[in-house]
Amino acid sequence: MVVFKKPQSLSPVPTHYCPGCTHGIVHRLVAEAIDALGIEGQTIGVAPVGCSVFAYNYFECDMIQAAHGRAPAVATGVKRTNPDKIVFTYQGDGDLAAIGTAETVHATTRGENITIIFINNAIYGMTGGQMAPTTLPGQVTTTSPYGRNPMIQGNPIRVCEMLSTLDGLAFAQRVAVDTPAHVNQAKKAIQKAFQNQIDKKGLSIVEVLSTCPTNWGMSPTEALKWLRENMMPYYPLGVYKDIDAKEENK
Amino acid sequence: MNKVTFNTDLCKGCGLCVEACPKKIITLAADVLNKKGYHPACITDAEKCIACAMCATMCPDVVITVEKNV
Amino acid sequence: MSNKVLMKGNEALAEAAIRNGCLHFFGYPITPQTELAEYMAKRMPKVGGLCLQAESEVAAINMVLGAAATGTRAMTSSSSPGVSLKSEGISYMVGCDLPCLICNVQRGGPGLGGIQPSQQDYYQATKANGHGDLHLYVLAPASVQEMVNLVGRAFDVADTYRTPAMILADGALGQMMEPVDFDAALSEKREIPEKTWATNGTGMKRKRNVINSLYMNPDDLEQSIIDRFERYKKIEENETLWEELYTEDADIVIVSYGITSRICKSAIEMARAEGIKVGLIRPITVWPYPKAAIAKAAETAKQFLVVELNMGQMVDDVKVACECRRPVSFFGRTGGVLPTADDILAEIKKLNGGL
Repeated sequence: MVVFKKPQSLSPVPTHYCPGCTHGIVHRLVAEAIDALGIEGQTIGVAPVGCSVFAYNYFECDMIQAAHGRAPAVATGVKRTNPDKIVFTYQGDGDLAAIGTAETVHATTRGENITIIFINNAIYGMTGGQMAPTTLPGQVTTTSPYGRNPMIQGNPIRVCEMLSTLDGLAFAQRVAVDTPAHVNQAKKAIQKAFQNQIDKKGLSIVEVLSTCPTNWGMSPTEALKWLRENMMPYYPLGVYKDIDAKEENK
Repeated sequence: MNKVTFNTDLCKGCGLCVEACPKKIITLAADVLNKKGYHPACITDAEKCIACAMCATMCPDVVITVEKNV
Repeated sequence: MSNKVLMKGNEALAEAAIRNGCLHFFGYPITPQTELAEYMAKRMPKVGGLCLQAESEVAAINMVLGAAATGTRAMTSSSSPGVSLKSEGISYMVGCDLPCLICNVQRGGPGLGGIQPSQQDYYQATKANGHGDLHLYVLAPASVQEMVNLVGRAFDVADTYRTPAMILADGALGQMMEPVDFDAALSEKREIPEKTWATNGTGMKRKRNVINSLYMNPDDLEQSIIDRFERYKKIEENETLWEELYTEDADIVIVSYGITSRICKSAIEMARAEGIKVGLIRPITVWPYPKAAIAKAAETAKQFLVVELNMGQMVDDVKVACECRRPVSFFGRTGGVLPTADDILAEIKKLNGGL
């Protein structure tokens, strides 16, 4: 019995990602969710600008490549004209929480019935390791070479916490992909984020704490350890909002 | 017997599967270079595999297929 | 019996879009365009459509991009500063070969400028509405009726050639009320190619579609641009529009578009009454530009006078079109100030005396 194989909706092509980059894991989890829910033929994905710009090459469903930060607006246009289709965006931290903050916040507060997969690896990968909106205080990047100083470069953004204040949000969970157990948790969260859309609940976001071994300057396994020791304390894992849970509590 | 298959040409030798394996039976083949120029992951003692798929779960490149003998 | 109704330009434009099958509008308030969005907000729910107010001009054009990517007729509208914000999305839509309609009800610039009518976005609309090698199909109507007439054509050209189209209006056209006949406006039905490229879900019946403007191989990017310019050539051949008045015997040919051309027409009649032979070429498409009409007029006319509401942005296009065989002079007001027919007549007389 096959217990693990490549999901159907993941394209059978090698990715351009660096060795040990966890984008590959998250791509697979998205494809597994699409397969599990049997929605490949109805799904339209929106790729960002950043390392995952080529996401349009890696999914078997229809794909649109959006301008930097604009994926939630593009997804809005797709979903509002095709309310019965399934629409997801796949965005990094620079795309979602810096240049696209307005689009993210407003798509959320409008309660756009879409799914956002948010990769937080605390750095700009594609341009070669610059400071991200989620770069940690003290973290060295090429544009914070002396470590991010909140007095100069300001503070990081906690996206799930911020969006949880908005009424249009149905579901926000922060997960990580540093261990098999966490990957399985992430898989469940991503599937729920798609299921919520099928159930027309509003916007669901899954923030995935991820690694960037190349630009962090460490081996892939060291990067997972760094994520656990540095990112998790600042960005605690957990469910930040779940309108289902609220209904149960009533 | 359980069966783990590595699509060796896709492997980037990142070693995440090596760390994930609870039986410590995966290694990066030091004497092999794949098409991409990486030392690909391979299994050292197939007999010990419990088909838990933790290696495949952590693999960013969908290199690994796991089959359980039932 | 005529079906004329009295309507404000902005509202007439919105109604015309709806009547041409555009049921999705994404916009943002800005003077002097706002009534267009307000009309859409009122009307769309009644016709089963959607008017969505975006968080910004940037978001609005990207919503249009998403809608257009699924093969849906969609539009946005704004005024000058807002169109600058949209230019990112416009460039992406060109790069993705996506059709849509953008309306620019121009006001004065640069910067926040003013809210009075202007034609200061001529360069932007015809030369560089976004980064990269690109053109838009740009229509510059001169009346509310013509604005309404051209909306269907703008959508059809956009769909046929897979390009964004623009209605380049101005604050005067947007704000003034004129009688409009919508029935007369419905253009001849065109055969629109099926949108097999649309990303509306594979339904597991076809290979996936990808809407994308990114090319890592420069040869591929170059080829995509060359292919697009082949389509631009067809647009130039098939879709260039202009109006001519008294050009056969004119010594002076005025070149003017939009609201300004109407003031010019009054000035021309006044000049003709005084025996001065003046004519008019009115570009209706400002891209593609009616070069052939200018070149033909250059064979008989002694000179050209460009009149527009800016500092002479169209002058170079006329010089290029007539290959500088005739002098090209300029008269205009800017910053939201309109010239009177007397102002233009005075300029005509000055040129006439100087010959």
